[in-house]
Amino acid sequence: MTKRDWLERRYRETPERPVRFSTVSDMPVEPLYAPDDVAPDALERIGTPGDYPYTRGVYPSMYRGRLWTMRQFAGFGSAEDTNARFHFLLGQGQTGLSTAFDMPTLMGYDADHPRARGEVGREGVAVSTLDDARALFDGIDLSKVSTSMTVNCTASVLLAMYLAVADEHGVPWDRLGGTIQNDMLKEFIAQKEWICPPVPSMRVVVDMIQFCAERVPRWHAVSISGYHIREAGSTAVQELAFTLADGLAYVQACVERGLAVDTFGPRLSFFFNLHNDFLEEIAKLRAARRMWATYMRERFGATDPRALMLRTHAQTAGVSLTAQQPLNNVVRVTVQALAGVLGGVQSLHTNSLDETLALPSEQAVMVALRTQQILAEESGVANIVDPLGGSWAVEVLTDRLERDARAYIDRIDELGGMIRAIELGYPQKEIAEAAWVYQQQIDRGEKTVVGVNRYQVPEDRPPELLRVPLEVEERQAERVRRVKRERNAATAREALARVREAATSGENLMPPLVAAVKAMVTLGEISDVYRDVFGQYRDPAWL
Amino acid sequence: MSIAVRPLRILVAKPGLDGHDRGVKIIARALRDAGFEVIYTGLHQTPEMIAEAAIQEDVDAIGLSILSGAHLTLFPAVLGELRARGGGDIPVFGGGIIPDDDRPTLRAAGVAEIFTPGASTHDIVAWVREHLGPRAS
Repeated sequence: MTKRDWLERRYRETPERPVRFSTVSDMPVEPLYAPDDVAPDALERIGTPGDYPYTRGVYPSMYRGRLWTMRQFAGFGSAEDTNARFHFLLGQGQTGLSTAFDMPTLMGYDADHPRARGEVGREGVAVSTLDDARALFDGIDLSKVSTSMTVNCTASVLLAMYLAVADEHGVPWDRLGGTIQNDMLKEFIAQKEWICPPVPSMRVVVDMIQFCAERVPRWHAVSISGYHIREAGSTAVQELAFTLADGLAYVQACVERGLAVDTFGPRLSFFFNLHNDFLEEIAKLRAARRMWATYMRERFGATDPRALMLRTHAQTAGVSLTAQQPLNNVVRVTVQALAGVLGGVQSLHTNSLDETLALPSEQAVMVALRTQQILAEESGVANIVDPLGGSWAVEVLTDRLERDARAYIDRIDELGGMIRAIELGYPQKEIAEAAWVYQQQIDRGEKTVVGVNRYQVPEDRPPELLRVPLEVEERQAERVRRVKRERNAATAREALARVREAATSGENLMPPLVAAVKAMVTLGEISDVYRDVFGQYRDPAWL
Repeated sequence: MSIAVRPLRILVAKPGLDGHDRGVKIIARALRDAGFEVIYTGLHQTPEMIAEAAIQEDVDAIGLSILSGAHLTLFPAVLGELRARGGGDIPVFGGGIIPDDDRPTLRAAGVAEIFTPGASTHDIVAWVREHLGPRAS
């Protein structure tokens, strides 16, 4: 019986629940997928694991060769507080570090700046000077651990600090492994922490990609991120499309700088969200790999397989968690993390059950990490490479996400590329519209959020929350002032002048930045130079 | 003879450095769709900038959105700047990632209402309709 016959003769006989059958992104889905749905050339486009176009995974043995990296994002309070959390996580079997910085650090203000008031150490760790960076990585072997740093408009400063700490530990830069997020395009689109406008921001990103390709060869100088795009309210298709379009814009900018795509291409990495819709998320990750490989080969002529492979970190969707009945979040995180594993990610952060209320407590972080360990070592899903490959539903959804995301990328190309699209507010407005539609569906009860618009109960006391004391702020501010008092003022002044020269002349910013942080120039002072030379970007405040 | 009633004018603002504007944009749009006049400040506003805008635009209320954990500093700072400019009677409400334990402190500081994760746009619009009115001029 063909699918059409089955639908007409058999399916129609049985009643359907009176709901709209669609993904969390509101993409309608059919009751059944069958061999008739899969295009004749499907086998070729699906391919085999470790081979172009990498639909089934970037490595032949995937998790049979090496499990994904379990990398929990952590950062709060002072550098010492976060260093203690790092040691706790490594002691619990975590295999990589991931640093969250506070808002002032992310926006280029020192802890003693008036604009930092109330925000120091609150949403991440405060790092204003090399003194803080030293304390952050104290007792950690930088030649062994891989470190991720989630920072964007001040990424160049934090990378310089990391390199300076490595010098002090006697670790050569070519042995440093890790990732710095440094994805400014998605900042303008979604996360919205910035200093200067898109064009000079892009220049700093390319400086870092070039510098790392030459001097820090195991470092990922940019992590092209869909995570924040999704958190800001995009659909799965928009997340996929805007992330890849950002990636294409970075590659284009590097090529225009004169870099060879096979040189820097292997160091580009990605970061996707894992939302509630299980099959849609698996399809998204599979489509992302296939699309990236195809674009890199066809648009940029990449030939090195490593430049064609989309390697990605993923994090479960913070936005999907609820303050109501927070224990339910453990279940959401498990389903989302499983989608990441079945989607073939290289590293994973699982959110903590208390994240809608505050930064995660130590106990909540442990449950989140244990979730990954249970998936990896008890569930059996890591034993088979791409176990859902060939599922008609998954392959059709993969094709569908690819087709719809390509249409968005074509539109962005027509507008003149991602920077121009951002200047026009195109991705920002598309996301805001999708967020609005989703919120209305929840408010009208068309989409269920368990514990929020269905199955509510009177709430008990929330779990024990992590509190960052307000004293951290004063201590950090005093620490910055002390560093400024005790440093050699003339050396610091000269080092900062060299940063200004490089910013103005167009020479690569990284060497003078490393010298400047070693001379105890602060993150805020360097950011002020950026503000002055490159100008400040302001929120267009589109509604 | 009828007296023209202008719609309630609400300033919706993002104080501090936090860039999470998904919620604030949804609230602004929901209030606008409900018939209120909405002015949105955009991101990264200082308490001074928000108070200044509120006075200049002669608003009837201010809604603040904070997801960075800085609410205990920034809500009182906005209220203080309003008082310093003679706008101490402008009601301020808000929302964000705010633990329940902090509600009493914020209410005591003069914040009219706090909405936390899970609040629907219907709840917020209904609260505004019920509790806010035009300010005496």
